[in-house]
Amino acid sequence: MEKVAIIGVGMTKFGEHWDKGLRQLIAEAGAMAVNEAGIDGKDIQAIYGGNMSAGRFIGQEHIGALIADAIGLTPIPSTRVEAACASGGLALREAYISVAGGTYDVVVAGGVEKMTDVYTEQVSMTLGGAGDQEWEVFHGATFPSLYALIAKRHMHDYGTTEEQMARVAVKNHSNAAKNPLAQFPFEVTIEDVMGSTKVAEPLKVLDCSPITDGAAAVILANERIARKVCEDPVWIIGSGHATDTLALHDRRSITTLDASVLAAKKAMAQAKVTHKDIKVAEVHDCFTIAEICALEDIGFVKKGEGGKAEEDGMFDLNSTVSVNTSGGLKACGHPVGATGIKQAVEISWQLRGRAGKRQVSNADIGLAHNVGGSGATALVHILSREAK
Amino acid sequence: MPHRRSLAAIWRRIPQRYRMESTMCETCGTHFFPPRTFCPKCRRKGVLKPYKPNGRGRIYSYSIVHVPQAGFELETPYVLAIIELEEGARLTAQVCDVNFSELAIGMPVEVTFRKVSEGRNGGIIHYAYKFIPTTEQNK
Repeated sequence: MEKVAIIGVGMTKFGEHWDKGLRQLIAEAGAMAVNEAGIDGKDIQAIYGGNMSAGRFIGQEHIGALIADAIGLTPIPSTRVEAACASGGLALREAYISVAGGTYDVVVAGGVEKMTDVYTEQVSMTLGGAGDQEWEVFHGATFPSLYALIAKRHMHDYGTTEEQMARVAVKNHSNAAKNPLAQFPFEVTIEDVMGSTKVAEPLKVLDCSPITDGAAAVILANERIARKVCEDPVWIIGSGHATDTLALHDRRSITTLDASVLAAKKAMAQAKVTHKDIKVAEVHDCFTIAEICALEDIGFVKKGEGGKAEEDGMFDLNSTVSVNTSGGLKACGHPVGATGIKQAVEISWQLRGRAGKRQVSNADIGLAHNVGGSGATALVHILSREAK
Repeated sequence: MPHRRSLAAIWRRIPQRYRMESTMCETCGTHFFPPRTFCPKCRRKGVLKPYKPNGRGRIYSYSIVHVPQAGFELETPYVLAIIELEEGARLTAQVCDVNFSELAIGMPVEVTFRKVSEGRNGGIIHYAYKFIPTTEQNK
């Protein structure tokens, strides 16, 4: 298997881009990544583009070709990759596999979502498609309510509190305040979160990630190209992917995302690292409870101890593990198809020492964790400054 | 309802939504809801046969929903729950006719038949199972 490195990254600001459409967003992120990689467009052999639902958000399908067109790379092969909110993470993995397997030398993995061209109600319907339309959404399930079911059971089984969940939002907003590309670059307090509007009890609006426009892209290359063109490549040393039942109620447990556990195990086994080697992580915090579950499922803490660990500041910037330094989905924003790629961009910046005011000291190995739906898809990637 | 559906899409789910008909695996004894085409545990050794749950179960988890899915505005706030049926299968449904202050994980409930949502602009009215706190006669 070929070693695979990230040799260039790019992302747009995340937020409400009323002046930009999907094409402009992906073109902007793609051009940044290509320029930074110091390669020429003609060196790129294929594109993998994560996108959840352009068909329902903007009435546009055929996103593979659209991305190649928008970034001026036709006629190379371009594939749209979809796994709901994990579309970006899966695009990264598909791109990784194509280079690791030797099919291509240099590819782009991108992700894009344009969500603010439709009303909030339509966004909610579309995101519902990440769950089970017939057996969850039919009965009135929304995405916040599915994660609320997880939260309520987590509180019942492990004594997790609403204040502990609020602490996740406080931390991630604090990180976002140091990220100029974040949608919400400002701090919030526990009281702000606790007093915010109820969405689906126990979750309140400040427990939830927002509706976001944005795009992100990374350029992947094999070792031969990476060593030639890049001074500080970031190596993908582990990649794990797992699935579970589409509906939350069908799972063995609703407080453990088995797909996350398995994806993390696979990625860490391939990378020959344990959670103790990981100093910086971007995890899927679409809701505050999701970050608590993710940190338990990846193995940073035992099941049930995530809320307490958040309260103790274990995942704050430059503590035991710096988690969601970008601000996470919660405060950096969550353009669903772009999120998994944005995580790889943030970890690359951290490992290359380019994360500005939110830089983690001595970060040499990082982890990116991306979930689709309520846990039916999970992706974990391990990134490293050293090739293994 | 999030999506306008054809009559056929509604009609083919009538056995499950109106009568809770489902399947179980005779080989391993697992009860499914909704019905599965094959048993994910036994795979080709699985033998599926029809069953009908007795309609009783317990709340496995719940949430009071304040920001509804489209089509559910009139009954907001409503209670969305995962119900664990006595046969072992879990499903997502609303719990109705309940004081919110009495809601609890583990609370015994039983099935009832209700209107779930109404398509706007004169669309199809959707009926299905919901759950209510267990009545005296079933305690």
